[in-house]
Amino acid sequence: MTVLNRIIKAGFLNFKRSGIVSFAAVLVTTITLSVITTLILLQAVLHFSLDQIKDKVDVTIYFNVGTPEDKILVLKNSLEKLPEVAKVSYTSAEEALKSFRERHANDYPTISALDEINQNPLGGYLNVKAKEISQYESIAKFMKSDNALVLGSASIIDKINYYQNKSVIERLNSIIIGAQRLGSLITLLLVFISIVITFNTIRLTIFISKEEIGVMRLVGASKMRVRGPFMVEGAVYGVIATLFTMVLFFPVTAWVGRNMTTFLGLNVYEYYISNLFRIFIVILLSGVLLGIISSFFAIRKYLNK
Amino acid sequence: MIYFNNVSKVYNKDSVGMENVTLTVTAGEFVSIVGHSGAGKTTLIKMILAEDSPTEGTVFFESLNIHELNNNDLTKLRRRIGAVFQDFKLLSNKTAYENIAFAMEAVGKTNEEISSDVPHVLELVDLTSRAFHFPHQMSGGEKQRLAIARAIINQPELIVADEPTGNLDPISTYDVIQILKKINDLGTTVILTTHNRGVVESIGKRVVTMERGKVIRDDKNGKYVI
Repeated sequence: MTVLNRIIKAGFLNFKRSGIVSFAAVLVTTITLSVITTLILLQAVLHFSLDQIKDKVDVTIYFNVGTPEDKILVLKNSLEKLPEVAKVSYTSAEEALKSFRERHANDYPTISALDEINQNPLGGYLNVKAKEISQYESIAKFMKSDNALVLGSASIIDKINYYQNKSVIERLNSIIIGAQRLGSLITLLLVFISIVITFNTIRLTIFISKEEIGVMRLVGASKMRVRGPFMVEGAVYGVIATLFTMVLFFPVTAWVGRNMTTFLGLNVYEYYISNLFRIFIVILLSGVLLGIISSFFAIRKYLNK
Repeated sequence: MIYFNNVSKVYNKDSVGMENVTLTVTAGEFVSIVGHSGAGKTTLIKMILAEDSPTEGTVFFESLNIHELNNNDLTKLRRRIGAVFQDFKLLSNKTAYENIAFAMEAVGKTNEEISSDVPHVLELVDLTSRAFHFPHQMSGGEKQRLAIARAIINQPELIVADEPTGNLDPISTYDVIQILKKINDLGTTVILTTHNRGVVESIGKRVVTMERGKVIRDDKNGKYVI
């Protein structure tokens, strides 16, 4: 316990006394953590945009005219039990007609034709939203499967628009997957570059102390006793850089929120505030681990004497 | 205590640090190693501290083959040796007090022992008033006295001093040599490297002369002959 206390105390003291070197290390770590925070926010914007696109995709099952409502509801119920299905909404034949009339209120010939036949030419339909775009195919297959036929519903289906929109849905799905992969790749690349820059800065701060490290070893200090304070110092860089980063992003996200919400689709400031604790934990862990691990490895070559 | 058994250190064919050096230092001795620059004095000290390893031969500290020790045992060995260097090798971001305390912390001394012993040793080297000064705020002589204080704080069995007076004025040189003599009188073995004739003659003890990596003379009566 005494050794640990001494290591922690020495780490804080070194940080305080290293002045400009500590400041430079904190600055570089702050830049790294700012890059990570920016990437978290960009990922949020990307996911929000992709979710909005996903939300616009659905599959509609049209039923033959005169299909009894109870049969449709039985099918609705079985669809809702599928794990891939997020939501199923039913529109009755009457509601479909009403909606059709409203949409074509200014289309006189169409409305006259409807009045002339004096009966509802439209059937009811189910609107199905899947949890993932890639799941629409399996939902459509379910409609053709035995499970659906057992309910006696195969004959009542007029058409499923998935097959008409299949190529568009699949293309959209591949675009979304591609965007997510590209986003992750760019994130990993930028995080990697930032980590390398921070690692090299911390390595430089330790390089400055390499003679002192040798002296500590010569007076009989164990590797842990020499290495420990540098790791504590690295952790202090991380903690202070985290605080700087979190404070810095209040005005930045507020500005972006005020000026770019229409363009981005997501109010970044609101997202930042509502996820403040989660982002803080991610940034703090990144900063502290980055500082500790960088110090651990950077000092290694000077300890083997 | 220290035994060099036919030790050679060859850096490359044009640079030989030591050549077939066989030398014994017994406990309690004060041995001055003299010679011109490049004679192999510092290499010899580095061998004892395991900062450098021989290309041939072995170096023993009592029964321990220094260059076959693992990291932990080497750390333990270094705790039994106090080292003083020409360039002081102090920890620049620690005060005089902390420099000495660090050496005590390294060997696992308690806070009570540290707060009791450090002022005592600072007084011994006449640095009480400089206790909370950093090395860059001290003169060369003060820095060297601080380095000696750090070297002796754990009561080592051996003190190695590599040109400790090289950067000092005559008064500081005298002070440092007096302290080393006092330490030796108390029973600690001292190995000192120097090319200062006055220093060697004022000590008046065993002198080993080196030239081009070889021991060319071993004089019990403190004669400086180059």
